[in-house]
This record gives sequence, C-alpha cells and structure tokens, in this order.
Amino acid sequence: MKKTFVFACVSAALLAISLHAGDITGTITFKGTAPAERELAPIKEVPDCAALYPGALPKTKFYVVGANGELADVVLSLKGVPAQAAAADLAPAVLDQKGALYSPQIVAIQTGQKLIVKNSDPLVHNVHTKPTANPESNQVQMQGGADLTYTFDKPEPFMKFQCDVHPWMFAWVTVVDNPYFAVSAANGKFVIKNVPPGKYTLVAAHRKLGTQTAEIEVKADGTLQDFTFSPK
Amino acid sequence: MNNASSNSSRYQPALFWFAVLNAIATFLLIGLGGLVTSHEAGMSVPDWPTSYGYNMFALPFKYWQGGAFFEHTHRLLASVVGALTTVLAVWLWFKDSRRWLHWLGVTAFLLVVAQGILGGLRVSWHLDYLGIPHGAVAQTFLVLSCSLAMFTSRWWLAAAPAKAVPGGLRRHVLCVTVLIFVQLLIAATMRHQHAGLAISDFPLAHGKVWPDTTPAAIVDYNAHRPAGTIGNPITAFQVVLQMVHRLVAYVIFLGVAAAAGLAFKKLGGADRLAKATAIWFLLLTLQIGLGAWTIWSNKAADVATLHVMVGALSLLWGALWWIAAERRQRLSV
Repeated sequence: MKKTFVFACVSAALLAISLHAGDITGTITFKGTAPAERELAPIKEVPDCAALYPGALPKTKFYVVGANGELADVVLSLKGVPAQAAAADLAPAVLDQKGALYSPQIVAIQTGQKLIVKNSDPLVHNVHTKPTANPESNQVQMQGGADLTYTFDKPEPFMKFQCDVHPWMFAWVTVVDNPYFAVSAANGKFVIKNVPPGKYTLVAAHRKLGTQTAEIEVKADGTLQDFTFSPK
Repeated sequence: MNNASSNSSRYQPALFWFAVLNAIATFLLIGLGGLVTSHEAGMSVPDWPTSYGYNMFALPFKYWQGGAFFEHTHRLLASVVGALTTVLAVWLWFKDSRRWLHWLGVTAFLLVVAQGILGGLRVSWHLDYLGIPHGAVAQTFLVLSCSLAMFTSRWWLAAAPAKAVPGGLRRHVLCVTVLIFVQLLIAATMRHQHAGLAISDFPLAHGKVWPDTTPAAIVDYNAHRPAGTIGNPITAFQVVLQMVHRLVAYVIFLGVAAAAGLAFKKLGGADRLAKATAIWFLLLTLQIGLGAWTIWSNKAADVATLHVMVGALSLLWGALWWIAAERRQRLSV
C-alpha cells in the first residue's frame, strides 16, 4: 500500500513536470557565401563505386545550406544538465551506408542509446570509429550483412565514423549525456522536446563553422532561439 | 665478422640469386606498405590473419578494391617474403659453412615473423602507433635481406685483396647512414599521425623560414588547409616534427655530399666505392626533390610512396657501402 502511494506520488510529480516542460525551437541560418563543395573524385578509382554513379559524382556536404540560407547539420544541446543515460526502450538512431556514402552525415544520440549502422550498398565496408572519449572499434560489414549496433557511454562531440576501404566516406556522431538535443533539419529548424522549465545554456555546434551559445529560459509554453552562422 | 681464412664457403649461384629474389621482394613490400599508409588503408581489413572472414589466400577478387586492395596485397606479398625468408634461412643453415651466416639467417626469419605480428596486432588491437615500429623494422629487414644477398655473392666469397678504405671515411658513412635511419623513424612518426601535411608549402613553412606554432596560428592553419586534405587536425607538435624532418634532410644531404667528396679524394675517381658514393649523392638529391614534390602535390599517395622507397634505398645504399668498405679494409694489403 505504502509502495503504491509513493509510486503514485512520483508519477504525478513527473507528469506535472512534463506538463509544464517546454520545447526549445528555433531556426539556424547561414549568412554569407558557403565555401564550394568538392566532387568526391576518388569514387571513380573504385570500379564498384563508380558503377553506382554513371552520371555526376556526389560532392562533399560540409555546408548544407537551403535556398533561403537555412543551415542543416547543426547539433543543438544543453549545457549543465545532469547526466542521464538513455532508457533501454529508447528508439535507436540509424546510420546507413548507401551509394558509398554515410547517410545522414551528422547524427546525435544519447549516452547508452543504440546506434544501428546498416549497409544498404552492394559493397563491403568497414565501419571504423575514431572516438576521443569512447573505445575505438573497427568492424567489417559485408554487402547484405547484418546491422552493426553501437552504444557509447561517454559524451563526445562529432565522433568520426569512417570507411577505410572507401576513404571519402565519413559520418560524425555527437554523443550527448542527456536527452535534450537535436540536429537542425534541411529547413534549418530544430526542436528539443520536453525540457524542464529553467535557465540553460543552449549550444549550437557546426562541424566546420564552430560553436555558438545562448542563455535561454525555458517556460511551459516553449522557448524560441535562433542562431546565425557565417563563414570564418 | 669474418676474414679470408674463415671464408671456406663456396659460391652457390642458386643460393645467391634466391637471396637476391628475397631482397627484391622485400623492397617491393616496403613500397606496397608505403602505399597502404599513403592511402590511409591500414585498417580497411579489420580482421587478421583472416581477411573479411576468409582465409587470406582465398579472398574473392571482387573484394580487392579501394583501400582493401592495398592492404590485402600487402598482406599477400608479406606472406611471400615470409616464405622466401624461411626457405633462405633453412638453405643457409644447411648449405653454407659460415656459422655467423647461419645465425644471420635465423635473425632474418625471426625479424620477418616479428614484422608480421606487429602488422597484425596493429590491425587487431587498433594500436595505430604500432605502424611506426612496423615501418622501422621493415627498413632494418630490408638492410638484412640485401646483406644476406651480398654475403652469398661471388664478390664477397672471392675475398680478393683490395685497397684500404680510410677509417675516417668509413665512420663518416656509418654516421650518415645511422642518421638516415633516425630520419626514417621521424618520417614514420609523421606518416602515422594521419593528419595529412602539417606544413603545406616548401621551401618556406607556412610562409616563413620557421613557422609560427602559437595556438592561434595552429587554428589558422587548420582553417585553411588545402582542398582535398583528409586527416586529423594538425598540431604544433606535427609542425615542429616536419621542420625537424626537413632540417635532418639537409644535414643528411650535406653528409652524403661530403662522403662523396671524401671518397673521390681518398680512393680516386675510378674506385668502385667512390663511384657508389656518387650514386648515393644522386639518390639523396632525388629524395629531396621527392620530398618537395610530396608537399607541392598535397601528399599525393604515389609521390609520397616513392619518397618512402627512395628513403629506404638511401638507407640501404649507405649500409651496404659501409659493409663493403669494412670488408675491403679487412682484406686490404
């Protein structure tokens, strides 16, 4: 009886907090002229990869900027939030290898959250992580092979995933030690959901354009914060 | 090492040419290993001694692509060199009467086994820094392989009396050769930073005689790397390391030039060892040029690999010259 009462109180408190939690939303824009992307010419040197691109070769995607300056691939996170590993039933993030490219190129996950790496290519890849805080790993993934599953225990910005068979293939995975993060989409927009009310430092990090911060206060009806990046 | 009286072994052409084959295969293996690092392909086959789960000798050709082409062919040629060295060691043990050569053959066998293990552990245990001793042992093994060929040659076994080679000249060549080995260690350390070029201009360094290595300067260098650069961000340590590599290169070049001058003066222009120092000088001139080209081409893989191979040849040339000079000194009249 006593246990049931305590459980009910805690659930009610959490429900109350979530009802008053707000979303942090915003738009990331790019001002200026983005450096030109480079064609991934080395693809032509590998016959099976060249066969995937009978026409134009893909280019690097260091600066994904929309027609109106919308900037994608910016990782948003909150500073100073108590560390909290992912719940076991949190949906995994997915990183695919398709067209001899990683997709998406920028991923953000929580510590303990599963990251599933798929090989949708008719090619063999090796999935080689180059972390600075987590253990390194290097696994082969044959065409049609089983998905690889990763979890990381330590927070880390832009951990590199690379394929040494195809040296133009990279993805960068940011590991955050709490559930409050997002990656800006192609339209520049982001949403960090259900943030408990309070004052925070919001961090916006782009792999090439650097990092910006903003002091915000999250209220029950949500908070809006935009960022603008320019070339260095 | 030995003298004319203990040279009871006879010339065996098959043994000699087998040793030459092993030496050539070793030199080609160094080139292939250089290509692996130049193409950043060292980890492209994550398992060892299998390859993608296959027996290494049974990997289907369709997987011989991209970085895996360099890593896999490197492993295959390494296996061939291992087999050749084993046969050579056994052949020397049973068919050559010189005890010291028996043990040199065993040393070569042990060294090639160690080299294989170093390479395998680098991959299996993700110990990237093992690439540095792996490169160093490769150069040492090349010198040993070629020395074995020299020791089984008709020239060595003929033990004909020869003109003495001054001690000062021999010591000078030995010192320069040791310095070349140190330079190869510096170069191996540079190549296994996986950071591309720490300095992208030559003969200046980031526009100066000695580059700025303050934190602000390093940030600026990383923000303005040449297009097409793949690799880790560069650090002040790497910039300084490349400068040391350049300075040592100049010292080696002057050292080899001095060796050639001394050799011609002391031995005469017709002497074979004097002519050999001239070839050594040409090698070093080529090596300096390849170093510059490596920078100007933003470390193009083929150019960087040629630079590795000529570096190996420069070390080998000095080592064999010194061994031959010591031999002549012992046989001198």
